[in-house]
Amino acid sequence: MNTRTIEIAVGIFVAAGLAALFMLAMKVSNLATYGGDDGYLISARFDNIGGLKVRSPVSASGVRVGQVTDISYDSGGYEARVTMSIEPQYDKFPTDTAASIMTSGLLGEQFVSLEPGAEEEFLKPGNEIEITQSALVLEQIIGQFLYSQAEE
Amino acid sequence: MLLDYIQSLGRQALSALQRLGRGNLFLLQTIPAMRGMLFRPGLLIRQMFSVGVQTLLIIVVAGLFVGMVIALQSYYALVDFGAEDSVSVMVVLSLFRELSPVVTALLFAGRAGSALTAEIGLMKATEQLSGMEMMAVNPIERVIAPRFLAGFISLPLLTAIFSAVGVVGAYLVAVELLGLDAGAFWSQAKAKVDLYHDLFNGMIKSAVFGFVVVWIAVFEGYDCVPTSDGLGRATTRTVVHSSLAVLGLDFVLTALMFGDD
Repeated sequence: MNTRTIEIAVGIFVAAGLAALFMLAMKVSNLATYGGDDGYLISARFDNIGGLKVRSPVSASGVRVGQVTDISYDSGGYEARVTMSIEPQYDKFPTDTAASIMTSGLLGEQFVSLEPGAEEEFLKPGNEIEITQSALVLEQIIGQFLYSQAEE
Repeated sequence: MLLDYIQSLGRQALSALQRLGRGNLFLLQTIPAMRGMLFRPGLLIRQMFSVGVQTLLIIVVAGLFVGMVIALQSYYALVDFGAEDSVSVMVVLSLFRELSPVVTALLFAGRAGSALTAEIGLMKATEQLSGMEMMAVNPIERVIAPRFLAGFISLPLLTAIFSAVGVVGAYLVAVELLGLDAGAFWSQAKAKVDLYHDLFNGMIKSAVFGFVVVWIAVFEGYDCVPTSDGLGRATTRTVVHSSLAVLGLDFVLTALMFGDD
């Protein structure tokens, strides 16, 4: 086989490998839907975050609008502080938006759900959501149920 | 009598240690010899052809069937829970994180690694390597380094192709055969698969495997006993040792990369 054929075959091979990588990045990973850190950050405080993790989704009306970027414990207010990155095209959340931690399905993963309020002003980068609702912890609910059963 | 057994055990341990030492010295000679390819890229291209392009067919066929089989099996497992839309997530995550790097490296060790060992070993047995030294041509620079670099570059590319073909195979089974929704197939994968955490970590794995497999393959060829028997043993050792190294390293890398979630 002459050199030209070999070089063409290797060229096709390298191009196919790079094209495969590009196709995987665009079609089946979050590159296209989520371009890294260009979202704006807002934070919220919760009494209990349950099983929420960094990279958990943030959604509004069931549509994914961002992700959790940081979780820390605020020892001043004895609360968990969750920082979320919201995609830049979703910049119209009123200042009285409520954030609650929900579970998808009975035992599914946990996510932050945003419910817009009625204020005229919109949340700015760095703002904090005031109205929050903690995660439902299954053990607590079962405990309360057993306790109320025992009282009867 | 007992002392004889202990002696043979000690001899085996020492010879294994010697091989390891020779392997490391060999690597230290090979890496600086790679700069010779800056002036003769043709050597690298020719090796990329025999190591990469000629392995492509088995990788594509294996990737297609692996993707199709995981799609089918995860569909049967998930449909009971009404979660059959997550088939794509299951396929893509298992391909990116584990199956593509590992299966590609195993196939690569069997197809290309054994061929490298046999080729270099035969060159040694027919004294072509000594002949080059007589002509003041460094055989490590002329023969070993291009093969080493070609294998190291080819394996990540083959892994990417394996993943892509696997996803296409899963799409064919899930959407065309089982009638899942095409939009849900892609959007579920997009929502759950992270570019850096899943795809890039898989590619890092595959680069590590490529380095180890090709190192074992060229070293076994270079270090073999130059007889037909020794050549056969060296080829067997290449496949066995590089497969075991890939599987062992995969566990370590998985624990390092994905251990925290």
